Amino acid sequence: MQRQVALIKKSLFDQGYLDEQFMELEELQDDANPNFVEEVATLYFKDSIRLINSIDQALERGSFDFNRLDNYMHQFKGSSTSIGASKVKTECTMFREYCRVGNAEGCLRIFQQVKKEHATLRKKLEHYFQLARQAGPKETARRSK
Amino acid sequence: MLNPGQGRGPDSAGVAGGVSSNSDPFPAGLRVLVVDDDPTCLMILERMLRTCLYRVTKCNRAELALSLLRQNKNGFDIVISDVHMPDMDGFKLLEHVGLEMDLPVIMMSADDSKAVVLKGVTHGAVDYLIKPVRIEALKNIWQHVVRKKRNEWNVSEHSGSVEETTGERQQQRDDGGDNNSSSANNEGSWRSSRKRKEGEVDEQGDDKEDTSSLKKPRVVWSVELHQQFVAAVNQLGVDKAVPKKILEMMNVPGLTRENVASHLQKYRIYLRRLGGVSQHQGNMNHSFMTGQDPSFSPLSTLNGFDLQALAAAGQLPAQSLAQLQAAGLARPSSLAKPGISVDQRGIFSFESPKIRHGQQMMMNSGGGGGNKQMNLLHGVPMGMEPRQFAGGGHMRLQQQMSGGGRVAGQNVQSSGMMMPVGGGTSMLQSLGQQQQQVMLSSSVPRRSELTESSSSCRVLPAAPTHSVVFNNFSSELPRNSFPLASAPGISVSYQEEVNSSDAKGVTATTTTAGFGNPSYDIFNDYPQHNSNDWDLQNIGMVFNSHQDTTAASSAAFSCSSSTQRKRAEQVQNHHQQQHLPSQSLNQLNGGGSVRVKSERVAETVTCPPATTLFQEQYNQEDLMSALLKQEGLPLVDNEFDFDGYSIDNIPV
Repeated sequence: MQRQVALIKKSLFDQGYLDEQFMELEELQDDANPNFVEEVATLYFKDSIRLINSIDQALERGSFDFNRLDNYMHQFKGSSTSIGASKVKTECTMFREYCRVGNAEGCLRIFQQVKKEHATLRKKLEHYFQLARQAGPKETARRSK
Repeated sequence: MLNPGQGRGPDSAGVAGGVSSNSDPFPAGLRVLVVDDDPTCLMILERMLRTCLYRVTKCNRAELALSLLRQNKNGFDIVISDVHMPDMDGFKLLEHVGLEMDLPVIMMSADDSKAVVLKGVTHGAVDYLIKPVRIEALKNIWQHVVRKKRNEWNVSEHSGSVEETTGERQQQRDDGGDNNSSSANNEGSWRSSRKRKEGEVDEQGDDKEDTSSLKKPRVVWSVELHQQFVAAVNQLGVDKAVPKKILEMMNVPGLTRENVASHLQKYRIYLRRLGGVSQHQGNMNHSFMTGQDPSFSPLSTLNGFDLQALAAAGQLPAQSLAQLQAAGLARPSSLAKPGISVDQRGIFSFESPKIRHGQQMMMNSGGGGGNKQMNLLHGVPMGMEPRQFAGGGHMRLQQQMSGGGRVAGQNVQSSGMMMPVGGGTSMLQSLGQQQQQVMLSSSVPRRSELTESSSSCRVLPAAPTHSVVFNNFSSELPRNSFPLASAPGISVSYQEEVNSSDAKGVTATTTTAGFGNPSYDIFNDYPQHNSNDWDLQNIGMVFNSHQDTTAASSAAFSCSSSTQRKRAEQVQNHHQQQHLPSQSLNQLNGGGSVRVKSERVAETVTCPPATTLFQEQYNQEDLMSALLKQEGLPLVDNEFDFDGYSIDNIPV
């Protein structure tokens, strides 16, 4: 079980869903805070949904206030970076680039990618955490070497 | 890396099982306030900081953070703040914290663009972290706390002694030595120092400042506080106002008699300067500095007139003027704030506590108004902001400068000469606010100080801007001001005057020349003394303001240097035509050279294409060039070589 958990985590890294920042978070986890990473991830998804909705609304309005969009995305990207959501971060960067040049169509397109990656990561992490909890806290707390 | 296996509790103050690099418990317990609107980041940061054994308070709104800090001024050691926040710009928070609480602030952002990082630097952030923040970066933030405290200690030692001995200028030089040792000691026990500081703050009417108490809390004279002060002074009568009574009337908890005393000194200098400017002819003779007055008074008067004339003539860059006015009037959030903060600082710092020479100008609303004006100036040079004052920059620079500036300030005081530069600037600033006139020449206020004329605050309008400008500038040129100890401060201010005056065509340049000489001498004296008299904090602030002002003025008035020079020449000529005693002439000559230099400096400073909107320039890669230019300034400053001015020349 624990090995399975480790494998899943490894694949997440290998596939580029997560980066070193996630490992940093795991470092912060210890006996006193055994579920720290999961808590952070939960918080992240809850908060980022809010941002995604804001961006969605702004895009639907069609007015394309690039500044505003960029602001939202800046926040979203910051969060994503903090938990090590690597692919999400990449899409965010592209989105901001489109904003910068004022490419509305590009923004729309990329944002779909952002949402997709975001959803994918969420599913994967939820699965991972579930397994990790079952496997036992000690294992998840251990830094993946 | 932290070993997750270690059961390190969040607040365990003990040494972390040897894993942590600091077996020394010193950094543990550092009280950190972290501000970030992103809950994810906030949570992660909190966790990281706790792992570092710091005591963390997290906050997701800047306003809330500010109120937390205000309620508990000594409750935190360091602030970490995100740059992009919805309710308040991180830089603004940075400025506020620096001005009001004088705490080190670390900025952080996912944005790592050079411009933003530079902005952090110029606003006075002690560090800038790029997100995602790693715990290693947080482990060492305590260094900023220590560094800041060290600077404060050095300053407070000087200022403490200075304040205590009112009227004694040349004070305890040896405090410097004490400072070093104490700061070293305090490093290890910053907590206890902090407590001591807190204790000091609570002391009221305690005239004897313990110079060894390094943790002198720095009082930031906010606009409101200053207005309270001014009201109290006016009620008592400027000449009769004594710190003790003022303190009682103000009834501000935590304010000590020393704070008021030093502030009063500055205020008096400022008033004096104002008086000189407005009266310009009659008042000139009031100058306590015989030699100086003549030079100053004409200048001051000129300044006052020049400003208006210049403005009218459009000499002032329309834009800058407009900006300044707009800044002053509108109090643009970003602009105004830095300016305000600077003003306050500048004003206070300039009022050298020690300047006791009957310089008492009635500055009724100078303080309050000045501040506003300061904003104006700040507003104008906003372009410069990135480099300069940006409020925060001031703060930080001030801190750094406080060491240097303080010395300078002290010197001035000790020499008993008016601190035209310092005081004037600050005064000007405050005045500026009131009148919201685009600066004209901080030099004006200075002059008034010298002349000791009891002019009204009329002159203020001009001054403030300068002062503000200077402040801004000074932040940019910390180096400039400091290298020469006292001189730098003065030189900076002079430069500013030159710069600003040029913009306005004010005779500031000439004035500076005149000022420069005497003041330089004074400053020369100080460096040796380590001007204890001066409230270090104030001095630091003064210089900062000076510098900032200079920068700001330079930027704001980015009139072509040639224009400036022309104006300076005009001013100088004009000045010379006026009744200048031989001494003053000499001074002028000396000052002239200084002036020239300042012009040069100004030129340097205003190198960036003379666009009123410096901001724009700075936001671009010009920032770096501007910054580099600034760096070049110190070199220029050195040219001033204040040491060259023999004391003898100054008719004290």
